[in-house]
Amino acid sequence: MPIEVLMPALSPTMTEGTLAKWNVKEGDTVQSGDVLAEIETDKATMEVEAVDEGKIGKIVVDAGTENVAVNAVIAYILEDDEDASALDNVNPGEAKAAPAPSDEKDSSSDSAPSAPATAAAPVKASGAIERTDNEPRAMSVMNETRDEKSYTKFKTQTVREALRDAMAEEMRTDENVFVMGEEVAQYQGAYKVTQGLLDEFGDRRVVDTPITEYGFTGLGTGAAFMGLRPIVEFMTFNFAMQAIDHIINSASKTLYMSGGQLGCPIVFRGPNGAAARVGAQHSQCYASWYAHCPGLKVVAPYSAADAKGLLKAAIRDPNPIVFLENEILYGQSFEVPDDEDFVLPIGQAKIEREGTDVTIVAFSIMVGKALKAAEKLAEEGISAEVINLRTIRPLDVNTIVRSVMKTNRLVTCEEGWHFAGIGAEIASVIMEHAFDYLDAPVARVTGEDVPMPYAANLEVLALPQDQHIVDAAKAVCYR
Amino acid sequence: MATTKRKRATTRADNQASSDDLLKYYRDMLLIRRFEEKAGQLYGMGLIGGFCHLYIGQEAVVVGMQAATSGDDGVVTSYRDHGHMLACGMDSAGVMAELTGREGGYSHGKGGSMHMFSKEKNFYGGHGIVGGQVPLGTGIAFNYKYRGEDKVCLTYLGDGAVNQGQVYESFNMAALWKLPVVYCIENNQYAMGTSTQRHSASPDLYQRGEAYGIPGEQVDGMDVLAVKEAGERAVKHCREGNGPYILELKTYRYRGHSMSDPAKYRTKDELDKMRKEHDPIDMVKKLLIDASILDEDGLKEIDKEVKAEVAKSAEFAQNSPEPNPSELFTDILIEV
Repeated sequence: MPIEVLMPALSPTMTEGTLAKWNVKEGDTVQSGDVLAEIETDKATMEVEAVDEGKIGKIVVDAGTENVAVNAVIAYILEDDEDASALDNVNPGEAKAAPAPSDEKDSSSDSAPSAPATAAAPVKASGAIERTDNEPRAMSVMNETRDEKSYTKFKTQTVREALRDAMAEEMRTDENVFVMGEEVAQYQGAYKVTQGLLDEFGDRRVVDTPITEYGFTGLGTGAAFMGLRPIVEFMTFNFAMQAIDHIINSASKTLYMSGGQLGCPIVFRGPNGAAARVGAQHSQCYASWYAHCPGLKVVAPYSAADAKGLLKAAIRDPNPIVFLENEILYGQSFEVPDDEDFVLPIGQAKIEREGTDVTIVAFSIMVGKALKAAEKLAEEGISAEVINLRTIRPLDVNTIVRSVMKTNRLVTCEEGWHFAGIGAEIASVIMEHAFDYLDAPVARVTGEDVPMPYAANLEVLALPQDQHIVDAAKAVCYR
Repeated sequence: MATTKRKRATTRADNQASSDDLLKYYRDMLLIRRFEEKAGQLYGMGLIGGFCHLYIGQEAVVVGMQAATSGDDGVVTSYRDHGHMLACGMDSAGVMAELTGREGGYSHGKGGSMHMFSKEKNFYGGHGIVGGQVPLGTGIAFNYKYRGEDKVCLTYLGDGAVNQGQVYESFNMAALWKLPVVYCIENNQYAMGTSTQRHSASPDLYQRGEAYGIPGEQVDGMDVLAVKEAGERAVKHCREGNGPYILELKTYRYRGHSMSDPAKYRTKDELDKMRKEHDPIDMVKKLLIDASILDEDGLKEIDKEVKAEVAKSAEFAQNSPEPNPSELFTDILIEV
C-alpha cells in the first residue's frame, strides 16, 4: 500500500490550513526528513517533512489550495517495491479522523474523557466526605468514631523543644532523615529549634545551606525523590515564596506525573504568620496558599504536644508535608506526653474545649486566642466548643460537621486574609455538609485585608484578637 | 581548575571507539531520530497533544554522554526529553504511549511529553519548568554522596536555562559540597526563539561555573565521540570526589522549539548547512563506511530494524487504551 502523507496540524486547535507550496514533484525520490511541502495557517508557516522514504507517487492536493482539512491525504509515497499501479485503488476521500484508542473495557473512550463527577472513587485527598446520595448530607459523618490514644505521663516543654525532640528522635531511628536550611547547624537554628542536633548527628545530617531557598528546596526535593527524608527548614515561610515553585511543581506533582513511580517524602517546616513588629514582608500566613494544592499535606500545630506528635508523623509520612509553625508559640510551654511512641495522626482535629452553643474552629496561634475567647464567652453564659484543626489539608471535615450539628453555629479563625482563606473553605464545606443544621451564617475572624504594618498600634489592629472571636461568636448566637 | 575550550575534530576521534561501539551509537541515534520524526507525524495527526519538543539534531549529546557513564548513574533533564529516555534504555513504546496520553505510557498518560520518569532506568524526569531540573539533579547527586554511592548525576539543561538564578544556586552548593553532578549544557543556540547572542551576556556557557571553581569544557555536541570522551573526563572528575563539572555541548536542533514553532528566527541556509555538514548520524555513518565496518546494505538493515521498532511503538501508542477514568484520583498522595 502506498504511504499516505496527511495534512498535519501545527497545534491541537488547528482544523484546516493552506497548502502553500510543494517542494517535490511526482516521481521524486525522498528520504526521511526531506521537506515535502509548506503549509500555512493564519498564525504560522510550517514545513511538512517526509517520515518515510520512497518515491512521490501522487500529489493529491495542489499547491495554493486553501482550507485543507487536517489529516486529509495530500500525497502518496510509493515504497521501494511499488510502482504507479499501486495507486489505482487508493481513495483520498475525506480527512481521516484520528484513530480512536481501542478500549474494550470502556465504550465511551472515543468521546471526550468522562467528567470527574462520574468517577467512582471518592475524592479523599481533598478532605471531602465519602457519602452515598441516599444519605442526608450530615449523616455520613456520624458513623465514624475515633478514640485518641490517651497518655498518663507528661512533661512540660516549649514548642521549640518539642520540635527539636521530634527531629532528634526520628533521626535516631532513620538514617535517611536529615535537616537542612539556613543556620540550622553551627548557629543552632535562627530560632534555636535545631539546637543540639549538629552535636549529636554531625554535619552530614545537619546541613547549613547558603541563603538560596529556591536552590536548596529543589535540592532537597531531588534528594527526596531518591528516598532520603529531608527536613527543610525555612527561616520563615515568607522566604519560601522563592521556593514555592519546587514545593508545588516538583514536590507535590511528581508522584502524579510519574504515575506513582516517584514519591517525595519531605518536610518543609518553619515559622509562618505574623511574628512581632517585623513588617509586611516577614508577616504572612501561607496556610491557604499551600492548602490549595493537591499532592501536599499541610499541618499547623498549636501546642508543644501538637508540634512533637505531628512533626514525627510528618517525617514518617511518605508524602511532601508543609509544616507551618509560629514564632510566637516557640517559647510557650505545654504538657507533652512522656512516651517514646507518642505520635499524632495527620488529618485529625482536636476538640480543645467542649461546648454546646457555638463552634470555634482555629489553627496554630489562633487556637490560644480561641480558648481565651471561650473563657470570656463562658462568663457571659455562652458555651463555646473550640476545635484545633492541627491539619489544614486533609481537612478533618467530620469533626467540624459533628460539632456544628451539635452547636448549629460556627466561627472560623485565622491570621491570614479572608479572601479564599481557610475560613472560606470551611464555611463552604459546612454549607455543603451541614446546611440544614446552621442557625446563623458562618462568621469568619481573619487578619485585616492589608499588608502587615510596622507601627505597634497598627499591627495590633491588623491582627485578629480574642475579642474579635468573642464578638463573632455572640453575633452568630444573636446575643 | 581552569575552564578549557577544546575543539575536537571528528577525524581525531575515529580510533577511539570499537566497531561495536560505533554501531551502537549509530543505532541509538537513529532510533531517537526516527522516533522523533514519528512523534512529529503523530502530533500532526492530532494523536499527540499539548507541547511536543523534538530532539532531532541533538542526538549525539545524549548518546555520547550515556556511553560515558555506567548504567547506574542518574539522568535528569528538562522537557525536551524523549531522546534522553531512549538513551537511558527506556522502552520506546512506553514513551510513545505517554506522548499519546495512554494507559501504556510510562506515567499511565498522566505526565505527557514533558513529564516522564523511570526509576528502573535511573531517569528522573522530564521537568517542565525551565531550570527546575538543575537543583533536582543536584539533590540526586547529594543523595549519592549522602549514601556513599559511587554514582554521578547527569543534569542536562539548555542554553535557555543557563540564565535562571536557580542554576547558580545549584552550582554554588554543588561546588561547596563537592557533589557528583555533571551539568550538561545542551547549547542548541536558541532559547525558544532567542539566540544565545541575544540572551547571554557571555556566550561561552562552559565558563558559567568559573566563579564557583567548577571546571568547564566546550565540546562539539554534533560529534558523538567527542561527547563521549569529554563525558568520560567529567564523570571521572566527579567519581574521584572533585565535585561538579560543566560540559557545554554545542549542538543544533533541526526542528522548532516545539511543534507550533515556525522557526522564523533563523535562516534556512543555517539549518541546511548544519544538516548537510554536521549531522551527527551522517558523521558516524561515514566512519562506519570508511572503516569498512558496514556497507550501505548493512546500514539499511539497521535502518529497517529501527523503523520497525518505531512503527511498533507508534502502533502500541495508538492502540493502548486511554487511562481508566479512576486513574484521575490515583497517585496524588501515597496512602498511609
